[in-house]
Amino acid sequence: MIEIKGISKRFNDYLVLDSLDLKVETGETKVIIGRSGCGKSVLLKHIVGLLQPDSGSVLVDGQDVSKLDDKKMSQFHMKIAMVFQGGALFDSLSVWENVGFVLREYSTLKEKEIRERVKESLSLVNMYNVEDKMPAELSGGMKKRVALARALCIRPQIILYDEPTTGVDPITADAINVLIDDLHDKLKVTSIVVTHDMRSAYKVADKIAMLYQGKIIAQGTPDEIRYTHDSVVRQFITGAAYGPITTPVGI
Amino acid sequence: MKDYLLNIGRSTTTFFIYIGGLTRLGLETLFWTFAPPIKRNRIFEQAKKIGVDSLPVVSLVGLFIGIILALQTAYLMKKLSSEIYIASIIALSLTRELGPVLTALIVAGRSGAAITAEIGTMTVTEQVDALETLATNPVKYLVVPRFISLIFMLPILTAYANLIGIFGGYLIGVNRLNISSSMYITTTFHTLVNKDIVTGLIKAVFFGVIIALIACYEGLNTKGGAEGVGKSTTKSVVTSFIFIIIADCFFTALFYFFF
Repeated sequence: MIEIKGISKRFNDYLVLDSLDLKVETGETKVIIGRSGCGKSVLLKHIVGLLQPDSGSVLVDGQDVSKLDDKKMSQFHMKIAMVFQGGALFDSLSVWENVGFVLREYSTLKEKEIRERVKESLSLVNMYNVEDKMPAELSGGMKKRVALARALCIRPQIILYDEPTTGVDPITADAINVLIDDLHDKLKVTSIVVTHDMRSAYKVADKIAMLYQGKIIAQGTPDEIRYTHDSVVRQFITGAAYGPITTPVGI
Repeated sequence: MKDYLLNIGRSTTTFFIYIGGLTRLGLETLFWTFAPPIKRNRIFEQAKKIGVDSLPVVSLVGLFIGIILALQTAYLMKKLSSEIYIASIIALSLTRELGPVLTALIVAGRSGAAITAEIGTMTVTEQVDALETLATNPVKYLVVPRFISLIFMLPILTAYANLIGIFGGYLIGVNRLNISSSMYITTTFHTLVNKDIVTGLIKAVFFGVIIALIACYEGLNTKGGAEGVGKSTTKSVVTSFIFIIIADCFFTALFYFFF
């Protein structure tokens, strides 16, 4: 279970997260929605330990992430994986070296066995015969799927997705949504998906939470969010240009 | 006046933050250098990029510096009818000063810039963050192999540049200034003592440390996309040049007064 207790984060004068609380149950897929730049990715980086909160704590299975030493953090990263927005594949490594990165670095498996594991992970994301390609030779959607395969290769218990459908065509976006759903059903992983793509949110979420002005302002099932009366959430999910989010206070 | 003082204060703070960042990276690098597992293939890969691939440009610069030194020294030595000292002057100035400094400047411009651009691009495209989430320390994976390669390859490149430069001087001395080949070689090796060569190579090791730390620090602290990578790369080269010259001055004074 992931428990976020009152975390705040400030960059210079800008308060990005403001005493934010959130709970994600084991095996649940929670989608966090919100406008671009509202702090969704910052929140994910706190969960995975890339950023430290100014105050508050992130507990993953009872462990305070900000208090882990180097060794424990490495062990922690073996059970949590993050799929970055642009894929973040290593340019200088081929697809199989990217996907099998952790196994090549830390396991005692032979190259042949690692290649088998890589193939298996790639097949989970419906990618075949791309092992020897370089990231520069892949399309945006393929990069995202390879990044997902890299995350799956360590058999994580938790996967964090940062804007998995941004920048890909609608068909590829839907294929990625189906993949996230399948992985959730097949591997029973806990997932947090950060997105502003509402189609994707409704499709993959068990629960949706909306991040606004540094706080979670609404939470619920996809249907509860779809039919909410909260004007801020309504403006976001309907994509209206005018409403409480875009109207300055006092006007 | 107030603005002027504020600017001085800001610049001083920025300078000390920078030095603090470099020191911290240096200490982290030292720690991770000796922490297992040590992946030798990554070090060899970097050693090839930094050392072997720099040989053509180091050869060219070394040879021409030797030739230029010979011609410039000949201008004065001819007036004093002391052409034979050209060999000594070239050997000493190359091994003690020009060899280490010029090689370091070439490597800073070539390999230092490449290191910053590569790590900087990895930083802005979240590849460095991805490394961390894959249980891999970026300093161990990215900085250590480059650091080790530079502190080993820069003295080797310096020694090579020294030899090529001496050869350049020999070409001019023997073919244009009518010094006999055996006399030129004897004078060169008679003049040089171990101290001259060793102090030059010690300088090269420290220049390697400077290039590695500045290039990696700038890369890891890159912000703002392609423009940021360009800025970091420029800053890395300029800062390395300045630090190399300052360190050279410091070591020259140290070796002059104490060794």
